[in-house]
Amino acid sequence: MARTTGKAAVRKQKPAARARSQGRMVVLVATRKGAWLYHGDAKRKTWRADGPHFLGHVISHLVLDPRDRRTLLAAAKTGHLGPTVFRSTDLGRTWKEAARPPAFAKAADGQPGRAVDHTFWLTPGRVSEPNVWYAGTSPQGLFRSDDGGVNWEPFSSINDDPQYRKWMGTVQDGTPDGPKLHSIILDPRDPAHLYFAMSGGGVHESVDGGRNWKTLLKGLDVVEGFDSSEPTFHDPHCIRICPSNPDRLYQQNHCGIYRLDRPSDMWVRIGRNMPKRVGDVGFPMVVHPRDADSAWVLPMNGTTVWPRTSPDGKPAVYATRNGGKTWQRLDAGLPADEAWWTVKRQAMTADASDPVGLYFGTTSGELWMSRDEGRRWACFARHLPEIYSVEAAELK
Amino acid sequence: MKVLIPGALRSYTEKGEAEAGGATLAAVLADLERQYPGIRFRMIDEQDRIRRHIRIFVNGGQVRDLSQPLNATDEVVIVQALSGG
Repeated sequence: MARTTGKAAVRKQKPAARARSQGRMVVLVATRKGAWLYHGDAKRKTWRADGPHFLGHVISHLVLDPRDRRTLLAAAKTGHLGPTVFRSTDLGRTWKEAARPPAFAKAADGQPGRAVDHTFWLTPGRVSEPNVWYAGTSPQGLFRSDDGGVNWEPFSSINDDPQYRKWMGTVQDGTPDGPKLHSIILDPRDPAHLYFAMSGGGVHESVDGGRNWKTLLKGLDVVEGFDSSEPTFHDPHCIRICPSNPDRLYQQNHCGIYRLDRPSDMWVRIGRNMPKRVGDVGFPMVVHPRDADSAWVLPMNGTTVWPRTSPDGKPAVYATRNGGKTWQRLDAGLPADEAWWTVKRQAMTADASDPVGLYFGTTSGELWMSRDEGRRWACFARHLPEIYSVEAAELK
Repeated sequence: MKVLIPGALRSYTEKGEAEAGGATLAAVLADLERQYPGIRFRMIDEQDRIRRHIRIFVNGGQVRDLSQPLNATDEVVIVQALSGG
């Protein structure tokens, strides 16, 4: 159960008031053991906890549909049951399971077929495409729903393509809890233009609605000793498109922080401008809603055996205000030392307020926020299960 | 025939026991799916494999093949193999 701590207070909501928003902002928290909604007041100072939803379920991603600001989709499984997607049209008061969750095509007789272990990533469609959603799975698969997340269809151009299957590698080539397709990014200006990334398997782009794809790997480093021309060795962790300039993308990769300015196809390693003692390894990538020169990362230790914890046990967010030319350490309010945090790729986000609110959740179950773009941080929930994703959205 | 449902799947059946018919285990699972939409995919993957942590017993013996013939008097027990933490 969430407890009050720091400057941002939380009170547990009474069941009768469950899921009724009294504030403007909601923070959606998906964990290894369930999901929570934190409703904020207009000033984002106090938070009302609504949860747990799906207690005991592994929730990889919980996303609010920005087109109606009422519909939620949750990517769920349990330790023992197969994966599914739940949908709520009343902000989590009631949930209904997808009729046909993401699933790979049945293999021909005698052929080894793949099975979705879990849906990992959810992306709502464009404003011009009501009821469209995209999903990325583990092992790597791309799916689309045209009915609000009730029925999901596979992209055979990815999931069944021999070349892509080769690039996806085996389960051993992916992250410890399974290789993943993630960072499904839709160009808001062009309904035929989209990107996705695979850990492992690299970054990919389509300009014809997903019928054909090409790799987008130039400039990206891979682990020393591997061939950077081979997509299977690329491990993008998180890619974000800038809402204020959709020609600009930022990426946190296993090997560095990058920026891409289209139409160029050459990623620039802006992480080289990070302090050397901190490095540029991490999982999340967060962009400013209105300023394409501003972005945030939360570095992890990527030395020796890759502990992927806060460097020196001193957590800090780093911000750039000039497209990655320089970075500023933002750690006011965060533990000064002995905090060996890991923050996963979906577990850090920004709201659209002014000033921007930033939020992240740790694998040790703490939820932190900043109301002033990272200058000052406060913990507003702790003792949660391992946090997998954090999303912030404004309600009607 | 009688099918015992594990706790993890009772959100579908709302009870620990269900009635389902069919000449094979696959047919019985299809009948369960007809009655309780979504339940089959939580137990059986898209390649028609029994999921890793699900076990199915018929009259006390474990069955791994969905084409296993069944009789109307058989008892099917679906078990969630507990693991993890």
